[in-house]
Amino acid sequence: MIAEAGLAALWLAAGLALVQLALGWGAARSGSAELLAATRRVSVAQGVLAMLSFGVLILLFLQSDMSVQLVAQNSHSEKPWLYKFAGAWGNHEGSMLLWVTVLAMAGGGVALVERRIDGKTLAATLGAQAAIAIGFYAFILIASNPFLRLNPPAPEGMGLNPLLQDPGLAFHPPTLYFGYVGLSVAFSFAVGALLTREVGPAFARAMRPWVLIAWVFLTIGITAGSYWAYYELGWGGWWFWDPVENASLMPWLAATALLHSVTVLATRDGLRAWTLMLAVVAFSMSMIGTFLVRSGILVSVHAFAVDPTRGSFILALLGIYIGGALALFGARVSTVTQGSTFQLVSREGALVLNNLLLSVILGIVFIGTLYPLLAQAMGQQLSIGAPFFNKASVPVALVLVVATMAGPLLKWRRDRWGALGRQMALPGVVSVLAFAALAALSGSSDWVALIGLALAAGLAVASVLPLWKRNLRRTPLHIWGMVIAHVGIAVSIAGMASDAAFKQERLVALRTGEATTVGPFQVKLADVRPAIGPNYSAMQAHLDVTRSGGAPFVLFPGQHYFSSPVTTTSEAAIKTMADGQLYTVLGEGTGDGRWQVRLWWKPWITLIWFGGALIALGGLMAMIGRLRRERRPAAGAEDGE
Amino acid sequence: MRLRHLIAALLAMIAVPVLADSALPPAELAYSQLKDPAKEAEARKLMETLRCLVCQGQSIADSDAEMAGDMRALVREKIAEGQQPAEVRKWLVERYGDYVTYDPPFSWLTAPLWLLPLLLIAAGLLIARRSFGKSDPTIEGEEA
Amino acid sequence: MKRGLLIWAPLLAFAVVFGFAARELWKPSDRTIASGMVGKPLPQMALKPLLLDRPGFTTAELATGKPRLLNVFASWCIPCIAEAPQLMKLKAAGVEIDAVAVRDKPEAVEAFLSRYGDPYARIGDDPRSAAQLALGSSGVPETFVIDGKGRIVKQHIGDIREEDVPEILAALAEAAR
Repeated sequence: MIAEAGLAALWLAAGLALVQLALGWGAARSGSAELLAATRRVSVAQGVLAMLSFGVLILLFLQSDMSVQLVAQNSHSEKPWLYKFAGAWGNHEGSMLLWVTVLAMAGGGVALVERRIDGKTLAATLGAQAAIAIGFYAFILIASNPFLRLNPPAPEGMGLNPLLQDPGLAFHPPTLYFGYVGLSVAFSFAVGALLTREVGPAFARAMRPWVLIAWVFLTIGITAGSYWAYYELGWGGWWFWDPVENASLMPWLAATALLHSVTVLATRDGLRAWTLMLAVVAFSMSMIGTFLVRSGILVSVHAFAVDPTRGSFILALLGIYIGGALALFGARVSTVTQGSTFQLVSREGALVLNNLLLSVILGIVFIGTLYPLLAQAMGQQLSIGAPFFNKASVPVALVLVVATMAGPLLKWRRDRWGALGRQMALPGVVSVLAFAALAALSGSSDWVALIGLALAAGLAVASVLPLWKRNLRRTPLHIWGMVIAHVGIAVSIAGMASDAAFKQERLVALRTGEATTVGPFQVKLADVRPAIGPNYSAMQAHLDVTRSGGAPFVLFPGQHYFSSPVTTTSEAAIKTMADGQLYTVLGEGTGDGRWQVRLWWKPWITLIWFGGALIALGGLMAMIGRLRRERRPAAGAEDGE
Repeated sequence: MRLRHLIAALLAMIAVPVLADSALPPAELAYSQLKDPAKEAEARKLMETLRCLVCQGQSIADSDAEMAGDMRALVREKIAEGQQPAEVRKWLVERYGDYVTYDPPFSWLTAPLWLLPLLLIAAGLLIARRSFGKSDPTIEGEEA
Repeated sequence: MKRGLLIWAPLLAFAVVFGFAARELWKPSDRTIASGMVGKPLPQMALKPLLLDRPGFTTAELATGKPRLLNVFASWCIPCIAEAPQLMKLKAAGVEIDAVAVRDKPEAVEAFLSRYGDPYARIGDDPRSAAQLALGSSGVPETFVIDGKGRIVKQHIGDIREEDVPEILAALAEAAR
């Protein structure tokens, strides 16, 4: 009966969300402390019930309860427990439940810890969070019930697509979901503030940790997703600009802009309306990204997969929440008093430039992703891919790198051009020298990539300059966070540019015993032999590799053949070295005794993901630093309850 | 393996056309480079901008689909014969329309696409200008 | 005024996206990729015979004055099985049908034809999909209606179903005039 218990918990949580909305509304209007306290309690209870419901679903998957339709359709009793566990969200219904659970947990978290902003705004925020949750509860209960029973029970489950059985994929969606849904808190804060018109530094400080943690999750999710794409797709690419990837990039871009503008609001009480706008946009991008893309409206050549009921439901929810929030913004924002203004040459000025450029990149990704849809409505088939995105966004991104160098070196409120020039002298010289050296020595004619490398070198130097002449022990943690995140950006860009400029490719068909070269490597196809895996059969190549002057090593790329469903996957074998990766793939046989072998030498490519990890680490440090710092003076000062 | 595969897999289960693979091995030039590195570089660059007609939004340069392989072979053959990349692209666009190229040509249909970034920068500057106060030399800078 | 407009711009942009998404959801647009060669002369091709018992497919031989069908098919293609009875029906109605066999082997095609019926006058061998790409076809099966002067007048994408037969016959009759 535990499936019924899960369903009951879900209904109860949905009911509590309604209560939370009503209480929050009342508390926001009246300012009553009792009503606010009740709203808090209901929010926490709603979060707990949602978690309970999702916990039940996980339990059903772990137990392989084949009387539950979702389990029977997506799991198998012989599967390793990790994939049973991950199977709970590896399907439409389960992932929707995870989505609403994170939403409810975030609301409960706000209710538990938030003591800084005024009671009315908090009440309105919790009400808004409940309003979002209600729509998704309704969607799950009406159109996507994960606890549906199967009568009679299935004797055995249908299994999980072998392509999806990867430890990386198992935890990739939840990571992204924590990021997407974490931004719902910023969205609700913005809606709350628009309702009460209380926008100021206290509001920004309350919102900032939520933005940071969501952003850290998104950064990890995107970085990890890119690495899995790289090693699983078998062509050495790490970013393809396809709609699903763009769907995760757009909220990240908006959140990056938001966490910078919220700092201006917290520190200088500027950019009030703009910060509210970004908070609304960031979560809107999460919803558009998740649902519009998943609906199949965009990606698929064969879009019949869209269930019209579900599709219409989701689209209606998007219309209500995004349209409602944007309409509220339009109606209310003119009554939000303008924050303080500032000088062009100042920290704020650089952050405004940062926001402007990030928004432009966001706009490029957004229109590039959705434009095929518009063209289709006009009866035209259009494909928009890497060439457009790179041409349009890379120049903007390079200017953004320069702004990132300058920003942290500028004083708040007002600085002088002369001072800026002195501060930028060292990074500037480093960039110019790096470019000259690369242009002269590298032999690459990919100028954009070389500029990227040169600017990355400058950014790395500029990023650590804020630590100059500081007592490192007494430097606040959030400053360290900023420094590390900015260095991470430099590192990541260096990896991307290096891959673009210096990668070497070799595609050949070899007989066993034959050898070829790629970059500094000699690669010999020693043997190709069959192998057996747990649920697949395979052909595996034995490659003997020697690097000029280095010790020899072996690699075993393979082709895996799965029988249910019939799938062939190329399993790349990658050798990671200090200065890059050798990426090897075994293709098909040519029919005359030769084997296709694909080889890439990718100098410094690991920096892309190492940089991503640094960025996430920096974000985490900034969040912890901010929380610690703001706990101290705030204790007891403006406690609502 | 990531979301995109999940979606591809989910769609593949429901989508109607059945994509089966033939029994013939791929074309030689589908997976082998041209001897001349300059021509190969040209072909490679072109292939990255051509859409695989049967995949979930991949270029032919990084797809394992049979048709993508045959398209790569076709591109390499034509480049090896001495055709210019632009000619090869034109040949394909003649047959498959703009759908086949990931680098949409500038036309009345794509003008908003290419002009939007400029428009956004202009609008952004307009908004940003309001945030900047008049230059006031009495304001002193503050350290973070 | 300017500020007022800019404030509403995001909502407007969202409304546009919403509208297009809704339209696509309720009235999905046609996503088939039609060949740009319709209305143009058949591209020059000379495909070797795949089977010993009949000729291959050569563009030069087409100027017979009689319209015909060119069927792009493969023995490994499942919808091709589904359309086989309709092709037999068209053959019985006196239509001459040529074929381009995409990436196929003679034994497999022979088995396919003996099992599902053999409507073809000529079968050209297209081992690298080159002819298919020249035709602007993006999958199997596809059928092209070709007039007596060797011009492509119609493309049918996907398997021919019973209800498609009259349309194809009409196109052939039109091409004959």
